[in-house]
Amino acid sequence: MEKFTQLTGVAAPMPLVNIDTDMIIPKQFLKTILRSGLGKNLFDELRFDADGNENPGFVLNQPAYRQAEILIAGDNFGCGSSREHAPWALLDFGIRCVISTSFADIFFNNCFKNGILPITLPQDVVDVLMEDASRGANARMTVDLEREVVTTSDGKEFAFSVDPFRRHCLLNGLDDIGLTMEKASAIQGFEAKMATARPWI
Amino acid sequence: MTAQDKPRTLYDKIWDDHVVQQDADGTCLLYIDRHLVHEVTSPQAFEGLRMAGRTVHAPGKTIAVPDHNVPTTAGRETHIENEEGRIQVAALDTNARATGVHYYPIDDVRQGIVHIVGPEQGWTLPGMTVVCGDSHTATHGAFGALAHGIGTSEVEHVLATQTLIQKKSKNMKVEITGSLPPGVTAKDITLTVIGLTGTAGGTGHVIEYCGQAIRELSMEGRMTVCNMAIEGGARAGLIAPDETTFAYCKGRPNAPKGEQWDAAVAYWKTLFSDEGAHYDKVITIRAEDIAPVVTWGTSPEDVLPITGVVPAPESFAGGKVAAAKRSLEYMGLEAGQKLDEIEVNTVFIGSCTNGRIEDLRAAAEVLRGRRVKDGIRAMVVPGSGLVRAQAEQEGIAQIFIDAGFEWRLAGCSMCLGMNDDQLSPGDRCAATSNRNFEGRQGRGGRTHLMSPAMAAAAAVTGRLTDVRDLMAEAV
Ligand code: SF4
Repeated sequence: MEKFTQLTGVAAPMPLVNIDTDMIIPKQFLKTILRSGLGKNLFDELRFDADGNENPGFVLNQPAYRQAEILIAGDNFGCGSSREHAPWALLDFGIRCVISTSFADIFFNNCFKNGILPITLPQDVVDVLMEDASRGANARMTVDLEREVVTTSDGKEFAFSVDPFRRHCLLNGLDDIGLTMEKASAIQGFEAKMATARPWI
Repeated sequence: MTAQDKPRTLYDKIWDDHVVQQDADGTCLLYIDRHLVHEVTSPQAFEGLRMAGRTVHAPGKTIAVPDHNVPTTAGRETHIENEEGRIQVAALDTNARATGVHYYPIDDVRQGIVHIVGPEQGWTLPGMTVVCGDSHTATHGAFGALAHGIGTSEVEHVLATQTLIQKKSKNMKVEITGSLPPGVTAKDITLTVIGLTGTAGGTGHVIEYCGQAIRELSMEGRMTVCNMAIEGGARAGLIAPDETTFAYCKGRPNAPKGEQWDAAVAYWKTLFSDEGAHYDKVITIRAEDIAPVVTWGTSPEDVLPITGVVPAPESFAGGKVAAAKRSLEYMGLEAGQKLDEIEVNTVFIGSCTNGRIEDLRAAAEVLRGRRVKDGIRAMVVPGSGLVRAQAEQEGIAQIFIDAGFEWRLAGCSMCLGMNDDQLSPGDRCAATSNRNFEGRQGRGGRTHLMSPAMAAAAAVTGRLTDVRDLMAEAV
């Protein structure tokens, strides 16, 4: 997994609430057995019409936001299906950070496993960031995970906080499985205990 | 009072019994008793294992079944038309056989939607931790099991270690007092709760459903309720196990037998929330206040009694105003329109929410002696091969066929349309599934969620219909 330390880039505003993972990556693109290559279908049904032409009104189709690396989104981002294809598609498109007032649990979790930083901030702060993002490509925002601060294009700083363990893994690009496998003896101990306590499992 | 005898919720108890290790900041390594696997969210996980030279830690606790992509028409064992779908089903087949996990292939009568197969085969039992790379894993909470969806990286993590790194959620209680009125079902309970709390109402929480109306539900009904805990934003839904639960589990192929059964039941009987246990959020609804409901928009929280009208976007607040406007446009509806005048052209009965035998019975009850209105495409997709076989045995299949329904093979089918069963743009569907998102059942398709009995009623009249009207009417 790629490390996440500090990111300065264009932020795209998506004020819609309840953006679900079906919208982020529709089901017809879940048929892959790979993790890569989903970026071209990110937000497919919003980005393209039925004939595959770009919908000019959609934010990521506008010249200013084609290179966006940050999304500022409405409430409850990532609700719905557990598909990890959603963060894979965001990442493949180039999005490394999503900021919203709230996220659905599974999506939130999935982001950390893929080097994407989801940040939860209060409504008034998200409003300021949304406003900043709507200024287009010249307004580059900075997300600093080490300091846990977002800085707007005009220098306003907002503190955020991330669970320490997850922050540590992101900053160092650590793979969870490797970490857990170091605890193999604790797992075996638990299994031995369960074999007597709840043998039917 | 010591920490030991502090009153605990059902969730607290199951959690405590599965902690392998806890870090100072509260992050836990949680042991997973059952891992369910389907073809869409697992290929990358098996691939990851292989690349890292890792093996499946506990194949005996892992159950694999293809469901999302499988066609629901005859001949599917030998041929799947869609190439990518075929590759995914084949990948699951290879991975399952290579790793020695329990596996129900496409030609096995026990194949079906993973959340229906698990309980049916006795893999899901009270007090367990159950995960699957699928958000509707919440279904298994009906047994008093802590069950939730995970992403593919976590699927890989569970395959490799049989554990998950987790932080505990908060406790939320949803109590339904009293008894359900006639014509009102488990689906109406769960949709009504989401309508009340919103799709983010349960975020960060595990919901325990309780109260008389929940106790009075069958296991099938309880699974319907817990299935949609995720639509309410919750990490999981739970119902304390009781005699209804034990009776359902007893004799299932993978349930304990003999002395082990007795020991299991003794343990299961300790799984309830203690008097005075703390909940961070409590919601109480009177069962008498619940009506048969339908959704009008493109979020599962867009719920109203069938006797209502399409709401005006301006009646909402904040970001929901724009979302409701967009919903109405997508759904092709006008504010003020009566819900029971909305015409449909498709009816879908099935899914892990409502694809069990009791659901089919409820729909068949409405359809007995009636016919699907001309011009309507109606299909019923049993949740598993065994549900299908039972329905055939009980004569229910014949009622559907006589009424004009297509009688399909088991799978997810039009719940999300990853196979060929999809809506076309502009189609309007009365569906018993769980999501009405834009494009969920097919690009441009419009979905109204409801109970099986309500969907059957819509098939008969060709519009969203209050099933109580048909119940009152003699055939
Ligand atoms: S029936 Fe629908 S909700 Fe259930 S597992 Fe299949 S696709 Fe998911």
